[in-house]
Amino acid sequence: MENILSIATFIPLVAAIIMGLLLRGDDKSAQQNAKWLALTATIATLLVSLGIIFGFDPHNTGFQFVEEHQWLIGINYKMGVDGISILFVMLTSFLMPIVVGACWNVEHRVKEYMMAFLVLETLMLGVFCALDLVLFYLFFEGGLIPMFLIVGIWGGKNKIYAAFKFFLYTLLGSVLMLIAILYMWIVAGTTDIVELLNYKFPATSFELLGLEIAGGVQTILWIAFFASFAVKMPMWPVHTWLPDAHVQAPTAGSVVLAAILLKMGGYGFLRFSLPMFPDASNLMADFVLWLSVIAIIYTSLVAMVQDDMKKLIAYSSVAHMGYVTMGVFSLNQQGIDGAIFQMISHGFISGALFLIVGVIYDRIHTRDIEAYGGLVNRMPAYALIFMLFTMANVGLPGTSGFVGELLTLIGVFQVNLWVALFATSGVILSAAYALWLYRRVVFGDLIKESLKSINDLDKRERFLFTPLILATIILGVYPNLVLDIISPTVSDLVESINTFEVAQPLKN
Amino acid sequence: MLSNALTIIFSELALIVYVLGALMYAVYTKKDELTSKLIWLTAAVMVILGGLIILFGSGENVAFNGAFIDDGFARYGKVIILWSSSVILVMSRDYLTKNLLMKFEYPILIAISVVGMMMMVSAGDLLSLYMGIELQALSLYVIAAFNRDSVRSTEAGLKYFVLGALSSGLLLYGASLIYGFSGTTKFSDISLALSEGSTSLGLLVGLVFLISGLAFKVSAAPFHMWTPDVYEGAPTPVTAFFATAPKVAALILFTRIVFDAFGEIKADWQQIVSFLAIASMFLGSIAAIGQKDIKRLMAYSSIAHMGFALVGLASGSLSGVQSQLVYIAIYVVMNIGTFAFILSMERDGKSINNISSLNMYSKVDPLRALALMILMFSLAGIPPMLGFFGKFYVLKAAVDADMAWLAIAGVIASVIGAFYYLRIIYLMYFGEEVENLDGSMSTFGWITLMVAAVVMVLGVINLFGIESIALSAASALLN
Repeated sequence: MENILSIATFIPLVAAIIMGLLLRGDDKSAQQNAKWLALTATIATLLVSLGIIFGFDPHNTGFQFVEEHQWLIGINYKMGVDGISILFVMLTSFLMPIVVGACWNVEHRVKEYMMAFLVLETLMLGVFCALDLVLFYLFFEGGLIPMFLIVGIWGGKNKIYAAFKFFLYTLLGSVLMLIAILYMWIVAGTTDIVELLNYKFPATSFELLGLEIAGGVQTILWIAFFASFAVKMPMWPVHTWLPDAHVQAPTAGSVVLAAILLKMGGYGFLRFSLPMFPDASNLMADFVLWLSVIAIIYTSLVAMVQDDMKKLIAYSSVAHMGYVTMGVFSLNQQGIDGAIFQMISHGFISGALFLIVGVIYDRIHTRDIEAYGGLVNRMPAYALIFMLFTMANVGLPGTSGFVGELLTLIGVFQVNLWVALFATSGVILSAAYALWLYRRVVFGDLIKESLKSINDLDKRERFLFTPLILATIILGVYPNLVLDIISPTVSDLVESINTFEVAQPLKN
Repeated sequence: MLSNALTIIFSELALIVYVLGALMYAVYTKKDELTSKLIWLTAAVMVILGGLIILFGSGENVAFNGAFIDDGFARYGKVIILWSSSVILVMSRDYLTKNLLMKFEYPILIAISVVGMMMMVSAGDLLSLYMGIELQALSLYVIAAFNRDSVRSTEAGLKYFVLGALSSGLLLYGASLIYGFSGTTKFSDISLALSEGSTSLGLLVGLVFLISGLAFKVSAAPFHMWTPDVYEGAPTPVTAFFATAPKVAALILFTRIVFDAFGEIKADWQQIVSFLAIASMFLGSIAAIGQKDIKRLMAYSSIAHMGFALVGLASGSLSGVQSQLVYIAIYVVMNIGTFAFILSMERDGKSINNISSLNMYSKVDPLRALALMILMFSLAGIPPMLGFFGKFYVLKAAVDADMAWLAIAGVIASVIGAFYYLRIIYLMYFGEEVENLDGSMSTFGWITLMVAAVVMVLGVINLFGIESIALSAASALLN
């Protein structure tokens, strides 16, 4: 099966096209058909990607399942996965059936809703599989279209502002990357990522408009890519689109956004910034580390004072992504291992947390923390699950959240003691806001009239949470499941960053 | 000699003979009753001529001592002009009938201006250049004012005429200066004169005037002032025509003259063209934000798009010209699709051009709304739509020519521009419910809209091979 990656990537798109062409009407049965078709397609994708991971050889640090076809002049359609990207492919295909399950209660334009998610899945899988810069950019940017529509059509009260902000903010971030991609194509003569990984972009300092640019061309390219990935991550101070988008997006949209779309930024750093611009990455590492620490502490503090549950979790996502960037730019094995682990685990945890908010939002139609309290009395199962994911979010040992945070902290400890010190304090802050949220929503007496008749999780909801609970606990107890796959590739990556540094010392 | 020359200008000759014959016939027989048939017939003639050009055109042929050049570059432009004009002709039928404008002069005038455009793209001499420009412009002035009982339409025609005359004056003055300082009007001889002697100031001033005149024709800022008013005032099918074929012709002529005649002083015109490009991209993107009329919006959109096409020209390289050709081909398809939609915007039989009438259009007709959404994303240049590839190649050419700053300006302008395209999508999909547009649309318009939208999506597979076609056309010019 040499084009198994394309099959996995395009199953959802084909399903979306079938849905668009064949399903007619907007009555109950048509809606049911759309939902079942979407669920079937996402599960099929999951099965195919299970085939990919079982056929994947972790000790081979090169790209596997590579396929290549002539596309445009000088640009090939090339797909492949390695130890870094395969888990993101798995994460995406694992979460999408849950996402589809999460929109089971939607009644407004169901067919279009399902189509948007299916198209989005194709684009997300494409981002992680693409081995050509232009192809990557196509998938990366294309994702804006379905997400714009998801926020815009099915969003909350202030959806128009949020949709525009999301779209234009991320577009502005990415267009600079486009220029950088064009430049790399012209200089290196190829857009093939595999070849570019071995290409050495010049790092000789030069002067631009009277400014000394240390690291030269590499630094410029690095900044262009950084602009795009930092917005996508999002990193402080370009994170402000995220809370707006999260608050306005429907539950399923929030899950996709937090669990998968944010990971594209981190993946981009690992795939492009580090291996292609190693000198610039070394130069800029401290800068990113400090930005990450600010993100961790500042957004944790901001999260603490939110009244809106989704906004709180959105800010906590920014803080957790701070650990990711910190781990990535500690530029050592533990840090990068931890960053990838943190991204995977955050995919499960934040996805679950947004579902948790969605559960009570579906019942009471408000996300105001004030409106809740004492839910444990009527919803014990819900309280238990909420507790588990709160703990995972805090990073309690035994959950996957712990492993990621610990590894990134170990990684950064070797590089910068102060950053590690401040970042560790972020762990306490995250415990503070997460536990406080939990206390305010779940504990206390059930005094609010509107909550007196609230029902506990139904079958469908329990079913949605089960895989997420399992994943969080299994990865927390046995992290090697992930680490065994990523470590060989990461150690190769770390080695290549450091050899470049030795071979071509900076002319500073 | 003469018979040889006549073979070379066969397509122009055939079209003009057809037009004059049709004019005579219509005048002396049933006049306006023939309009519908004439439209179909004219469109068919143009499609066939385009096909003939593709089938039989080859090599570089020069007629009338270099005044007329028939090469791959010209043929590329001619095919786009002929085919896009024929689609727009047929598309206009519905609108013209509803607005009582079914006059037989309409197809005739369009065909005459097409002949003028074909002359423009083939011009090899300042005189034939001017003849081509005036032939198309005079017909365009008339059809801009085609709805003669409407004040807006006559105003558009008059405004276009006065400003057009001004630009012709600029162009002629530039041409006379160039003639005075180089002693010739032939492009190749001007180039020769430039390569032999040093560049004189008079020649440069002439070049600036010439470029100003041409910039007016492509409606590049700061010579764009006529565009929004004329687009708004002219009958919608005429606007659709203005937005496509004349732009292609003027851009191709622009490219030919700066390369063929002034290739020796590339650095000089590159500066001017870069300025025009940046000014157009930003003006088009920013000024469109506040527009309420969709035709005015498309006017500013076309200004911005011309700016992008000029980025390709400003790079002054083979890949630059190639990217520009790819860009205008994609631009024409997007615009035809969008105008097919705009032509159908009506309520109670009256045309509506207000953008707010699109509110929640997706409920009225989901399929058409989807098609327009695809076109809007494509106009905004969002991948994977075809419009992205147009921008992609243009930007690549700019970066390749060490003009990364131009590319950066371009992408920033495109982000600003994305806002107003998104606004149309937002109105259609998540606006407020208002009094909606009627559902009717002519079959041909519907097909055109759908085909354009499908092309925008499927183009991602291989761009329909336009890339290599444009490359061979561009290399025909640069050799």
